[in-house]
Amino acid sequence: MAAAHASPAAPALVLDRIGKTFTMHLQGGARLPVVRDVSFSVAPGECVVLGGPSGAGKSSVLKMIYGNYRCDQGAILVRDGSELVDAAAAEPRRIIRLRRQRVGYVSQFLRVIPRVSALAVVAQAAVAFGLPEGLAGARARDLLARLNLPERLWSLPPATFSGGEQQRVNIARGFVATHDILLLDEPTASLDAKNRAAVVDLIHERKRAGSAIVGIFHDDDVRERVADRIVDITRFAAAA
Amino acid sequence: MNAPLTSGYNFAYLDEQTKRMIRRAILKAIAIPGYQVPFASREMPMPYGWGTGGVQVTAAVLGADDTLKVIDQGSDDTTNAVSIRKFFEKTAGVATTTVTSEATVIQTRHRIPETPLKEDQILVYQVPIPEPLRFLEPRETETRTMHALEEYGLMHVKLYEDIARHGHIATTYAYPVKVAGRYLMDPSPTPRFDNPKMHQSPALQLFGAGREKRIYAVPPYTDVVSLDFEDHPFEVNKFDKPCALCGAEGVYLDEVILDDRGGRMFVCSDTDHCETRRADGNRGEMSPDSSENRP
Amino acid sequence: MSAARELPAAEMPELPLLSVDGLSKFYGARLGCIDVGFDLYPGEVLAIVGESGSGKSTLLSLLSGRLAPSAGRIRYRMRDGELRNVLGLTEAERRLLMRTDWGFVHQDPAQGLRMAVSAGANVGERLMAVGQRHYGDIRATATDWLGRVEIDSDRIDDAPRAFSGGMRQRLQIARNLVTHPRLVFMDEPTGGLDVSVQARLLDLLRGLVDDLGLSVVIVTHDLAVARLISHRLMVMRQGRVIEAGLTDQVLDDPREPYTQLLVSSVLQV
Repeated sequence: MAAAHASPAAPALVLDRIGKTFTMHLQGGARLPVVRDVSFSVAPGECVVLGGPSGAGKSSVLKMIYGNYRCDQGAILVRDGSELVDAAAAEPRRIIRLRRQRVGYVSQFLRVIPRVSALAVVAQAAVAFGLPEGLAGARARDLLARLNLPERLWSLPPATFSGGEQQRVNIARGFVATHDILLLDEPTASLDAKNRAAVVDLIHERKRAGSAIVGIFHDDDVRERVADRIVDITRFAAAA
Repeated sequence: MNAPLTSGYNFAYLDEQTKRMIRRAILKAIAIPGYQVPFASREMPMPYGWGTGGVQVTAAVLGADDTLKVIDQGSDDTTNAVSIRKFFEKTAGVATTTVTSEATVIQTRHRIPETPLKEDQILVYQVPIPEPLRFLEPRETETRTMHALEEYGLMHVKLYEDIARHGHIATTYAYPVKVAGRYLMDPSPTPRFDNPKMHQSPALQLFGAGREKRIYAVPPYTDVVSLDFEDHPFEVNKFDKPCALCGAEGVYLDEVILDDRGGRMFVCSDTDHCETRRADGNRGEMSPDSSENRP
Repeated sequence: MSAARELPAAEMPELPLLSVDGLSKFYGARLGCIDVGFDLYPGEVLAIVGESGSGKSTLLSLLSGRLAPSAGRIRYRMRDGELRNVLGLTEAERRLLMRTDWGFVHQDPAQGLRMAVSAGANVGERLMAVGQRHYGDIRATATDWLGRVEIDSDRIDDAPRAFSGGMRQRLQIARNLVTHPRLVFMDEPTGGLDVSVQARLLDLLRGLVDDLGLSVVIVTHDLAVARLISHRLMVMRQGRVIEAGLTDQVLDDPREPYTQLLVSSVLQV
C-alpha cells in the first residue's frame, strides 16, 4: 500500500458479520444459505474485489449492501457524512436517500424503461444525485462517448440495443454520479477489450476521486488492474 | 266573465290544506332566497308542461281581491295564457286583466313584463326544470350537496363550453344566476334579456315546478347576479331595430313571419306593453296606421 | 442500474404527509381490510399490490375518503403544516381537499371525466371550482396541461368520448393535476390499456411524479407497474398487509410465501 495510505481514512463501508439465508416457500420451505459472517471494510479510494467460486453469493453481498436483498444477520454500516447508517436495519426512506447520495450500483443487466432514451437514462441518474440538468446531460454524453456507444443510439430507448450496448448504458448510469461508494456487479462481462479498458480507466478515476468500490470481476486481467484487495467471501463461513 | 263555481270546488281549485302546505313551502323559499324547497305537488286538471307548478303557487297566493294577469311568451292571448286565466276566473272568480300595472298577481311562462313591477305585485313563474346544475350533473343527491356546500364551479363549466363552442356565452334562456350571494338558481325558461329585471325587483318573485315538485323564490329587493367570466362579462341580447308596431326600443322582440317570400317583422314580445304604447300614439315602421302606410 | 426509483433531488422532508394506523373495514362479517398502517412522505410513491379480493381497492377507498372505515385513523398534513384527522373533517372540507390538494385517477377514465364536455373544460373544472373566473386564463392553463400529458392542443374542444383509451387516461391525469395536488390516489391507472399505451402512460406518470414531487398511493395488480413507478410496496392478501418494504427489496427478495408465489407467477418483473 502506498505511503499516502499509511494512516488509513475512516472506512466508507463496513460489513460486520452479515449473513443471509433464502427460505424457498414454494419448494416446501427449503432453506438456502447464501453467505455467513462476512466481514470487511472499504476505505475511500480503495477497490475491494469479491472472490470465491460461482454461486458463492458475491452478487448477493452487493445486493445486500444496496438494499435489494434483506440482510438476516449482522450490520452494513454506510458512512453518510458524519453519520454511520446501518443499511441492514434502515427504513426504506433512508435506504433510498443513501442510494441517491452515497451508494451507486451497476447491476449485471440494464433494466430498460420504456420510451426513455439512453442519454436520458444516464442523465436521470445524475439529476437524482443532485447535479443540475445541464451538467448531468454533459456528463452523460461524455460517458457514453468514452464507452464508445455510437452517438446515433443516444436518443433511442435502449430496449432494442445489443447486450453489450445496454451494459455500456448501464455502466454510464452508474458512473455519471460521483457516489462515495460504488458497487460493480460484473460490469465488463459482455464488453470487448477496448470497452473493458475504458471501464478500467473509469474505475481508476473514481478511486483517485476517493470513491470506495466493491466489485465482482470474472475477468482476471481487469481484476488485477483495479483491485487493491480481494476478499474471498467463502472463507468467513469456513472459519466460523 | 263566467260566474264563479260556488259548489264542487274550493276557492282557486285547491283545498285549503294543500294551499297551506304550498304556502309553507313558499314562506320557506322566501326565507332562503334561491333555495329549491320540495313540496307535495298535486295532480292538476292540466298536463305537466302547461304550468301546473305555477298554477299551484298562484292558487296558494290568490285572494278574492286580487287581479290576475297570465302571460305566455309575453302574450296574454295564447292558448296556455287564456286557459289558465279562465281556470282562475272559473274557480276563484277573481278579476283578470291584461294590463301589467293593474295586476296584483302575474303568472308567467318565459317573460318578465316590460313595464317595471311594483311592490304590491307577485310574479309567479312556471318552471319546467328547476335544477341549473342538472345539465352537467344528473345525480340529484350530488347537486343537492353542491348547493349545500356552495360548490358552483360546475356551472361555469357550462359557460366555458359555450364560449369554447360559440366564442361567447350562447345561453340565451335559463341563464344561471346567483341569488342573494348564495344560491345558484335557474330562472328558467325566461330569456337572459330579462335577467337584469330580476335584480332588486320591488315585486315578489315565486317559482313553481309542478313535475319536479319544487318551489323557490326571490324576495323583493334581492340581488340577482348573472354568472359570467371576467373576460366574457354577462350581456343582454340587443335588437337591431325597434318594435315594428310600436317603435319601442330596449325591449324583447319576437320575430313574426309575414308571408312565404321571406317577409318578416320584429314586434314586442310583451303584447300589453306594445298595445299600451300604441294606445298612447307610438308607431313603428310597419304599424298599419303609421303615416307612410296610409293610403 | 437501480431498480427502485430515486427520490427527487430536493432535500427529503422529515414529516409524513399521510399517516395511517389501524385502518380496518368490515362489511358485516366479511373483512375488507384490517389493521393497515403506514406513513407516506412527500415525494414518495407507495404501491399496493395484491390479487382481486385482497382488499387493496377497499384500502384505497378508505384512504381517499370514499368509504368510511370501521376502525382506524387517517391523518393528513394540510398545506398549513398541521396534521389533521381526515375522518374528522366536515364534508365541505373533505370535498375541498379532494378537488384541490388531492387527486384520484380511476381505472376507468369515464368515471373520472365528464364525458360530455370538452377536454378543456374537463381540465378547467377544478380551476373554476376554486374560483377562477377568467376564461382566457383557464383555457391557457388547460392548453398547457394538455401539452404536458401529450394531447395536441387542437383537441382542446373535443369531448373525451372522441378520445382513445390512452388519451382519456392522460386527460384524467391532467384534470387531477391542474390544481397541483400533493397527494394522488391511483386505482389501476394502466389497467385495460394496450401494452404500448401502458408504457407511454407509465413513463408520463413517472415524469410528472418526479417533476411535481407528488406523493402517490397506487393500487395495481401488475408488479411491473409497481416496480417501475413506486419506491415502496405493500403486498395485501385477505385484507391484511403481509409484506411491505422497498419495492425492489420486496420483489427481488420476497419473504412471505404468498409474495414469493406472486413474484414467481410473473413472467419477468
